[in-house]
Amino acid sequence: MPHWVQLMLDSLGPLLYAALMFSAPLTLLSFAFGLTLGLIVALIRLFAPAPIVAIARFYVWIIRGTPLLVQLFLIFYGLPSVGIVLDAFPAALIGFTLNVGAYTSEIIRAVISSVPKGQWEAAYSIGMSWSQAMRRTILPQAARVAVPPLSNTFISLVKDTSLAAAITVPELFQAAQRIVATTYEPLILYIEAALIYLALSSILSQLQVRLERRLGRYGGFIEARS
Amino acid sequence: MIGLENIEKQFGDLTVLKGVTLTMEEGSVTALVGPSGGGKSTLLRCINLLEIPTSGAVRIGEDRLEFRPGQRVPTAAVQRLRRQTGMVFQNFQLFPHRTAIENVMEGLTTVLKWPENRARERAMSLLEKVGMAHKADAWPATLSGGQQQRVAIARALAPSPRVLLCDEPTSALDPELAQEVVDVLSDLAREGTTMVMATHDLRLASTIAREAVFLDAGVVVEKGPAQKLFSDPEHERTKRFIATLTHEMVSDGEAI
Ligand SMILES: Nc1ncnc2c1ncn2[C@@H]1O[C@H](COP(=O)(O)OP(=O)(O)O)[C@@H](O)[C@H]1O
Ligand SMILES: [Mg+2]
Repeated sequence: MPHWVQLMLDSLGPLLYAALMFSAPLTLLSFAFGLTLGLIVALIRLFAPAPIVAIARFYVWIIRGTPLLVQLFLIFYGLPSVGIVLDAFPAALIGFTLNVGAYTSEIIRAVISSVPKGQWEAAYSIGMSWSQAMRRTILPQAARVAVPPLSNTFISLVKDTSLAAAITVPELFQAAQRIVATTYEPLILYIEAALIYLALSSILSQLQVRLERRLGRYGGFIEARS
Repeated sequence: MIGLENIEKQFGDLTVLKGVTLTMEEGSVTALVGPSGGGKSTLLRCINLLEIPTSGAVRIGEDRLEFRPGQRVPTAAVQRLRRQTGMVFQNFQLFPHRTAIENVMEGLTTVLKWPENRARERAMSLLEKVGMAHKADAWPATLSGGQQQRVAIARALAPSPRVLLCDEPTSALDPELAQEVVDVLSDLAREGTTMVMATHDLRLASTIAREAVFLDAGVVVEKGPAQKLFSDPEHERTKRFIATLTHEMVSDGEAI
């Protein structure tokens, strides 16, 4: 067996272990929290009084206007100077959650406003309250339109979690770096890491296609609206 | 049963309704006619408070709400009044993510908290009434305009409103499809459903409505029995308007 195949096989276990124990939880948790945050921020920007809207806009402006890597360094290496010391994983989780929150809030805001005003009126006309109309009529329709852009955010997030290596989270990419430090085979190991990311994002893209197809079954309602 | 007292409505500087006072009896059907932009939709929407009147009062049954400029009305009071009304929109506005029967059930399960079974039963009987039972499980996007509007009528009727408000229910439809909606609405009229409908469709208005109101530039110019208002109006403005409608109907007829 060629040396490089042997090396890849030997490293596969540790790499997948790192992906399962750190990359996956980081991705899933920060997406779940980030989406919740994004929904709240979107609702604030659409419906809250001006001063609160300003705070939400400030948050989105900061996060979108600065590099993710810089944010992670600030949280993990910067905050201890003001007495806030976080472990690597929670620091990364906070950083990614804030990021997902900012980007998805823009998506959610757009899809909520894309639901025609007549749908609110139809909901009100059968007696619904604002929150009933939101929950039962507006959000389900917005959610369907949001699937493609949110899936893209999710797939980017899977790849972006490799940045957590820079703040010592032992995720997939950091595991590769550690193996390189002992084997001196950067080309092989980094190709292997890249292939694992590629496989993950390809699988997710396939799932996205299926999900979109399933959601398209409402008599072509997504097509009719877009 | 419905009383509108001196309703004024402004959008910014634009005064759209200029002191409209009307009463509609229980079981009556009133056609709201008038030129486009005259305020028909706004008046209907002031009855179910999708628009809050700038001033005046709205009464439905025993419930009465007064409005004053710059004064907020409690949401609960708005909802109590609104829940006595149902509305049919020009462009149907069915919920696209729910099937026909789910559209009809929505007000019963979500608002009135009926159990699913009971709501489904009532929804089904309403769909039968509008001739749409065979499409109960269809998605709105797969229905024709006339079918969508009939489902929308069933949805509006589901919570048993005291009045059905219709905003140009046939004007987005081809004449043949309009007819099936006219048929459904005239059945409802015969059964004594209280209705107020804005319409350009003289056929709809004259077959269904007993009362008619001519609204122009936010003012009630003339009101009275529909037959009289359509065939022998008193005011010059009404005459001219009815003449244009009759003309339209004739040319529509030729186009078929
Ligand atoms: N939400 C709104 N904001 C501003 N102007 C409006 C609004 N709704 C209606 N209007 C204006 O009010 C007038 C009456 O409109 P409408 O009630 O729709 O008349 P109609 O139904 O008789 O055609 C029109 O000039 C219209 O532009
Ligand atoms: Mg109108």
